[in-house]
Amino acid sequence: MLGLATPRQLAKAGIVGMNRRNVELIAQNNPRHLYPLVDDKLQTKKLAEENGLDTPALIGVVRLTGQIKEVHDFLKPHPQFVIKPARGSGGKGILVISGREGDDYVKPSGSLIGFEAVARHINNTLSGLYSLGGKPDVAMIETMVDFDPIFDRFTFEGVPDIRVIVYKGFPVMAMTRLSTAASDGKANLHQGAVGVGLDIATGKALRAVQNGTPITQHPDTGANLAEINVPHWENLVRLSARCQAASGLGYLGADIVLDKSEGPLVLELNARPGLAIQIANGTGMAGRIDRVEQLIARDNPPEDAVWRANWSMKHLAAI
Amino acid sequence: MTAKLQLRIIVGILLFVGVGLTAFKHLELGFPLLPGTKETVWTAEAHVSFRATGEPVRVTLSLPVNTNNLLVVDHSTAGRGFGFHIEEEGRARKGVWQTRNPSGEYSLYYRARVYRGGLPDLINALDAPASPEKPVFSQAEGESADSILAEAYEFSADNEGLALRLVQSLTAQEPTPAVLALIGENPSRHVRVNAALRLMHSAGIPAERVRGILLEERKNSSRLTDLLAIWNGEGWHVIDFDNAQVGLPELFLPWQFGGDALYEIEGGVDSSIRFSVIADQISGRHAAVTYNTEIGSSLIDFSILSLPVEAQNAFATLLLIPIGALVVVVLRNIVGLRTSGTFMPILIALVFVQTELLTGLVLFLIVVSSGLVIRGYLTSLNLLLVPRIAAVLVVVITLYIALSVIGFRLGISEALSVTFFPMIIISWTIERMSVLVEEEGMKEVFLQGGGSLLTAVIAYLVMTNRYISYWTFEFPELLLVGLAIILVIGQYTGYRLSELRRFEPLARKD
Ligand SMILES: Nc1ncnc2c1ncn2[C@@H]1O[C@H](COP(=O)(O)OP(=O)(O)O)[C@@H](O)[C@H]1O
Ligand SMILES: [Mg+2]
Repeated sequence: MLGLATPRQLAKAGIVGMNRRNVELIAQNNPRHLYPLVDDKLQTKKLAEENGLDTPALIGVVRLTGQIKEVHDFLKPHPQFVIKPARGSGGKGILVISGREGDDYVKPSGSLIGFEAVARHINNTLSGLYSLGGKPDVAMIETMVDFDPIFDRFTFEGVPDIRVIVYKGFPVMAMTRLSTAASDGKANLHQGAVGVGLDIATGKALRAVQNGTPITQHPDTGANLAEINVPHWENLVRLSARCQAASGLGYLGADIVLDKSEGPLVLELNARPGLAIQIANGTGMAGRIDRVEQLIARDNPPEDAVWRANWSMKHLAAI
Repeated sequence: MTAKLQLRIIVGILLFVGVGLTAFKHLELGFPLLPGTKETVWTAEAHVSFRATGEPVRVTLSLPVNTNNLLVVDHSTAGRGFGFHIEEEGRARKGVWQTRNPSGEYSLYYRARVYRGGLPDLINALDAPASPEKPVFSQAEGESADSILAEAYEFSADNEGLALRLVQSLTAQEPTPAVLALIGENPSRHVRVNAALRLMHSAGIPAERVRGILLEERKNSSRLTDLLAIWNGEGWHVIDFDNAQVGLPELFLPWQFGGDALYEIEGGVDSSIRFSVIADQISGRHAAVTYNTEIGSSLIDFSILSLPVEAQNAFATLLLIPIGALVVVVLRNIVGLRTSGTFMPILIALVFVQTELLTGLVLFLIVVSSGLVIRGYLTSLNLLLVPRIAAVLVVVITLYIALSVIGFRLGISEALSVTFFPMIIISWTIERMSVLVEEEGMKEVFLQGGGSLLTAVIAYLVMTNRYISYWTFEFPELLLVGLAIILVIGQYTGYRLSELRRFEPLARKD
């Protein structure tokens, strides 16, 4: 009626709402003191390296305005790189440079920017423009992910990343986010990227949505989204499960990208992952969370990340 | 689990204290629950006039006293060239005017405000009297008196019963011959009370006259009425002559007790006294405050109402902020509206309270949109964050000045109220929105900006609601109830209204 569902219908479909996510999933599973680990990408990077999680290599960190002028020379050996605020979120302040043309920098869209623009971007980052509460920040420079060509047909520039929701070490739901012309090379859903729900067991596409409406073809490339079949799926799911052990977060979103040569890489961890993944999957995640709870309560499952990833792939897809 | 239980306990306590205090203030202290409730307050006035003989003048006037139902607050006195003070002599209060060199006619006033609700009865608190002197009766009177007393004695068991019986026979429709002989036909009430007093005294029972004014709801009155007070061995009891009932009538304002004169004048002649009572309808809230201040209720002494008026006004506004917060909490967590900045809408709503809604909205839109345009240009100048915000701040102030001056020139004086908008907040809003434009596009700006404005408007409407502003100020303890609601919403895990729409496609599939 009027395009509105009743709360009962949503409950029946197993939808987790924002309030339940905040009160039950986040507040009860993610201790506050762990937040800095994931809110500061530099700390996440350190965490990942210490725990042997694969992640794009850190090229450098710009901490002071005075260092900006050296950046141009410093980046000479790195034609491709990404500058991001250590405390950014929602894709804010991420500058992807996919190549050089003379002294100019090439963005994934093909447009050129000069070094002043890059310097300004770093300057803005340092002064906190992209960070929570406008706090001064540092600018991280990391290698650009050379993404697996398997996705070429399905994405318009940028790196499609795969978001896996991990609940108490069990990967429960996954989707991939494909950049579009509208999202300027970034794969954030609310910026117009396409979300494709992935079968947690196989990594095959389930269903795709853009801006909340179901679609079947990529709006820019026209590729049939149902053909998506993420390679290295088992490794990817296991990597996501290991993120829980490394970070200690009971409810987390792991953003993983597929690099052509290095395979799955952890891009960032999120202590407050969004709920759009349910729409992309066409199903709520409450049922899967309940199933995990049931397993923990009854069967005392091993802590081992690989075991948990395998169990998830075997048991959760059907729920 | 324990957190949930704790929360429930805290919410329970908050609700109990908040609602309890409110109920107490309403039921016990008489604060009306609804604004605009009226209550009668009387202004009683005694007016003594006389001609001075040239000697020093001293005028003594009995003053009204509190009863169980009425509270007397001295209001004003007048008497040009007279000194005035009040003497309390145990059971009675007397006002004394004095002057040394009077001449001619004088008028002296005493005014009191009389509120409903009172203190323990003064009359009851009076001391035990000495045995009355036996009155002197003439031969004929004596016989009638004896027979009346004998009859009353027969039909009663104690002093009070005796007095009641006497009153009944003195006020009977068809008086007995003895009564007729004693007080004649159709005697005045004064005569009747006199007779009753003499009869009681001759029976050895202490009895006194109580004079006062019977107040009326919504009506002026001016006549002094006499009642009878008798000592029953333990305390004084008042008997109403009209219906021969024991107890002070509810709206009786006692002015004089016992044989003391109502007023006495030394150094004056041709004196007269007039009484008048005016009944006013005033706000029940005002009556309650005055009344409770007067009796020193600690709930008033330790409340906002005990602060200076300016501070009270400041709190009247401050107390609205939690209401705004509650609105924001409801709109964000239950409705699911997105706003830019959590509490920015409350501040905007507070501005609307001062500027009026439409003016405020228009000014806000003008300032923010012109600010956005100028901020858009600042982007290309590649400024550091703090200088950039500072620059926006200066731009905002310039906009304020421009708006005010241009508006004023054009005769739109509303434009002047632009200064009510907090500049820092506006600057930050512009800054944040402009980042939003760059990062997420115009759509998001309209969404969040619209959400913020809608929230501000709703908060404004709620905050300016007559009932809400009355309750928040008069019953600040309702803050606790607000806190309880906020805590409960803080643990609400159900769906937001917006999610019924957002996840609707998923519900349809099943
Ligand atoms: N190293 C990288 N190489 C290529 N693209 C990247 C890289 N880092 C981030 N991106 C792009 O930016 C998006 C957001 O990056 P992410 O690290 O998740 O930051 P945020 O916390 O702002 O979401 C990614 O989804 C990806 O499309
Ligand atoms: Mg991200």
